[in-house]
Amino acid sequence: MSTVELGMPSLPNGLRGVPAATEPQNRKEYVSDQEVRWCPGCGDYAVLAAFQGFLPELGIKRENVAMVSGIGCSSRFPYYLSTYGMHSIHGRAPAIATGLAVSRPDLSVWVVTGDGDALSIGGNHLIHTLRRNVNMKILLFNNRIYGLTKGQYSPTSEPGKVTKSTPMGSVDNPFNPVSLALGAEATFVARTVDSDRKHLTSVLREAAEHRGTAFVEIYQNCPIFNDNAFEAFKDPETRDDAIIPLVHGEPIRFGKEGRLGVVRDGFASLAVREVADLPNGEADLVVHDAHTDDPAYAFALSRLTDAGVLHRAPIGVFRSVERPAYDDLVRQQITTAQEAQGTGDLQSLVTGTDTWTVN
Amino acid sequence: MPSTKRQADPSFDLEMNRTVTIEVKQLDRVVIRFAGDSGDGMQLTGDRFTAETASFGNDLSTLPNFPAEIRAPAGTLPGVSSFQLHFADHDILTPGDAPDVLIAMNPAALKANLGDVPRGATLIVDTADFTARNLKRVGYDENPLETGELDGYHVVPLNLTAMTVESVKEFGLTRKDASRAKNMYALGLVSWLFQRPVDTTITFLETKFASKPDIRDANIAAFRAGYNFGETAEEFSVRYEVKPAVMPTGTYRNISGNLALAYGLVTGAQRAGLPLVLGAYPITPASDVLHELSKLKRFNVTTIQAEDEIAGVGAALGASFGGALGVTTSSGPGISLKSETIGLGVMLELPLVVCDIQRAGPSTGMPTKTEQADLLQVMFGRNGEAPLPVLAAQSPADCFAIAVEAARIAVTYRTPVVVLSDGYLANGSEPWKIPVIEELPTIDPNFTLEPNATNDKGEPTYLPYLRDPETLARAWAIPGTAGLDHRIGGLEKEDKTGNISYDPANHDLMIRTRQAKVDGIAVDPITVDDPDGTAKVLVLGWGSTYGPIGAAVRRVRKVGGKIAQAHLRHLNPLPPNLGDILKSYEKVLVPEMNLGQLALLLRSKYLVDVVSYAQVRGMPLGAAELAGVIGNLVEETEGIDDDARHLGLAAASLKHGEAALSDELHQSEGAR
Repeated sequence: MSTVELGMPSLPNGLRGVPAATEPQNRKEYVSDQEVRWCPGCGDYAVLAAFQGFLPELGIKRENVAMVSGIGCSSRFPYYLSTYGMHSIHGRAPAIATGLAVSRPDLSVWVVTGDGDALSIGGNHLIHTLRRNVNMKILLFNNRIYGLTKGQYSPTSEPGKVTKSTPMGSVDNPFNPVSLALGAEATFVARTVDSDRKHLTSVLREAAEHRGTAFVEIYQNCPIFNDNAFEAFKDPETRDDAIIPLVHGEPIRFGKEGRLGVVRDGFASLAVREVADLPNGEADLVVHDAHTDDPAYAFALSRLTDAGVLHRAPIGVFRSVERPAYDDLVRQQITTAQEAQGTGDLQSLVTGTDTWTVN
Repeated sequence: MPSTKRQADPSFDLEMNRTVTIEVKQLDRVVIRFAGDSGDGMQLTGDRFTAETASFGNDLSTLPNFPAEIRAPAGTLPGVSSFQLHFADHDILTPGDAPDVLIAMNPAALKANLGDVPRGATLIVDTADFTARNLKRVGYDENPLETGELDGYHVVPLNLTAMTVESVKEFGLTRKDASRAKNMYALGLVSWLFQRPVDTTITFLETKFASKPDIRDANIAAFRAGYNFGETAEEFSVRYEVKPAVMPTGTYRNISGNLALAYGLVTGAQRAGLPLVLGAYPITPASDVLHELSKLKRFNVTTIQAEDEIAGVGAALGASFGGALGVTTSSGPGISLKSETIGLGVMLELPLVVCDIQRAGPSTGMPTKTEQADLLQVMFGRNGEAPLPVLAAQSPADCFAIAVEAARIAVTYRTPVVVLSDGYLANGSEPWKIPVIEELPTIDPNFTLEPNATNDKGEPTYLPYLRDPETLARAWAIPGTAGLDHRIGGLEKEDKTGNISYDPANHDLMIRTRQAKVDGIAVDPITVDDPDGTAKVLVLGWGSTYGPIGAAVRRVRKVGGKIAQAHLRHLNPLPPNLGDILKSYEKVLVPEMNLGQLALLLRSKYLVDVVSYAQVRGMPLGAAELAGVIGNLVEETEGIDDDARHLGLAAASLKHGEAALSDELHQSEGAR
């Protein structure tokens, strides 16, 4: 029975090579038998629920989904999904997933990581995975704190942050994860928020459909050690002014009654202005183009994110461009070698050309 | 009788215009060392002479020795690079302690190597760089060729550079480019001196420089000119002949340790029917394994040059999770970085082959020098109780068999396996009797494809940590297998289910089970070479000391000492009969290129007070020196009351120590 007969859509580019499900799936099938052990109120619950709800929609075989995580609260994620999964070691998930993705084109590979796991101990693997464009989807749960080790500042914590390890305030300059990913020339970079299930799901879908590395930063609240870090994006009073929505093909306009917008401002920079103050009104606003090849545009967008306490940030897909995926190229070289030279005669290889015989 | 494919080159037809008749002396063995600046191409020269010698059918053993700097300042002592080759008409085990012939391409090469060369040896010296300035630079106040300090050597001073430039003048190269071919001129000369077949070198040069015809032609011309110079010049009244060695029947090739390792890894993967995925980061002296495997894509080999050592092993482990044979190759510093991921591999119980091509440490140490001081690191260098099997190759060609064995253990027992090689094995080479691949045993990955248990509700289920009662290997299901999805990780596992568990009794059980799995790996008993069974002293080694120990043992036996020898290729688990063997000798000597790491393990495991002999000079153990140590211990143990310690002294000072006793009849009278 083919998928077409069941009315399943054909698989998008990002899932090319992954076998399609032969029957419709539901959320329940993706829920594992393990008891979920995050703190009550943790933003991870919302992401897990959205993910479990979204996976069946992909239309791929459940046994061909592989989750790889590192260490941290978010890295418990794979245990709660009834897919193949590996809860690995701190920071190394992208490296492990690279080996898996390269050798198994029939898998949909997802990495679940956090701000400490991906940006501190695993920073090197993250940037190199992004530059190679390995076909995997990286979900970075950014709660701007170390939760599992009970509350030290993280590489995304705001300067001055008072934590257990910074009683006089942090003097570290934080990373902006989206800027970092764009600096590594990631081909797909997005940001979403744990509490907005609809937006989260739409970003996850776009990520899954992208061929290459898709990097998704998820603002995720830690109610125990960094509560309300993203309150500006959730409070109905403030969220309209806080969220700069990125919609491909649309002018970037936001705020109460659309009073704010993003305009070009000097060399390769963007700025937020009152639309009313612009000479040509909305016509002066930047129309979002996620397919812009030059990462400088998306980078400029990413700089509209507050570096300290968050009051405002762009949310959505910053960049989505096509570039050959590393694992596809690696496999292509094997195919090319086999087409040119056959699948290899091992005896003749080890024998070589300079031999002598003793009778 | 051995037959060789190629005989001395018939294409070199020369007019015999010399007045002195050339005498041909028969030798049973020769040790030759090429030494020059690191830019002089000494490694290439050595490789070519080795290829000529291999194709002639001699037994051989090589020792490349070069600085870590790619191009240290020219003409300085730190910039000296050398290549030593020992070849013989009989079975030999080492590259030789002392050269019979030294080719020194400049004053630095002479100065740096002369200490290793005994008087009576031949010194072929390129005099072109023997200027006052260059001599002073390496600490010679006067020209050693003129002071008499080389008295007792057979010195052949030749302006090889000038003769090379002259020989290639028709190609219109600059003097600098022309003089670069001097290594080929020198190679031609010694090829003549030892009657080496030369067609392999001509073919090699034609291929290597195919795209640069003038360089190709200049190198070939210089090579021929060097050969012809030997034929016509009167400096040489003697040529030497070393007959092909008597070796077991079969087809042979020459192979270095790193190439043998690469071929062994591919063979292991192919016999298991698995794709091979190598994750590696460049590091001396392991990079050649990455280079070789990257050429083998047609054998379903994927190589990932990772961003760092950790990513290299991570990618390998990720590939193993997906059902490939994951491999990572490195040296000691890289293994340190990989430790945590190897520990994860122990916990996940997935196949993973970790190759440690050891070099002199600690820290960066001496990257191009050999050592075997990573044994305890790979045995114990992980947090928690994290046992894994450890294997060690004993010779360059043995790297092949060890790699296949590592793949067998990794796949069969679902465990990371460490393969220990070292810089000496990696770059050294020897003749290898080529195996018939189809005759090598297959390896069964035995993937789990169906549920292997029943749950509380009576439904079929998959338990990832259900074990084979024989091997204790866990049931291995790979992603893509319907109905067997599961999650594994570095957190402690519950027995059978693999679920996270903090239960005290379960942790104790799992720790002991992982240990029992490694302890129970099937390893062949070790065999002891004890000719008449009356020796009181056993010498036990592991890894690349096999050659020097074997050569030292031959020396001791030649002077009448009774000595038993055994060599370990499996270091964890150790062979089942090892304890009984150790206890059956009065003394056990353990020579190592570290401060006694195996000795420590043996003492703690078997409560046998072994005698440790430790040398950490970045070079292979010297056979003569070791023979002295063994001889003294034998004498002491046998209770021979002799203050002169004549056995050790005699064993150490033997001229032809390395030939096996049974070969003694073959030794020719013409030998020096």
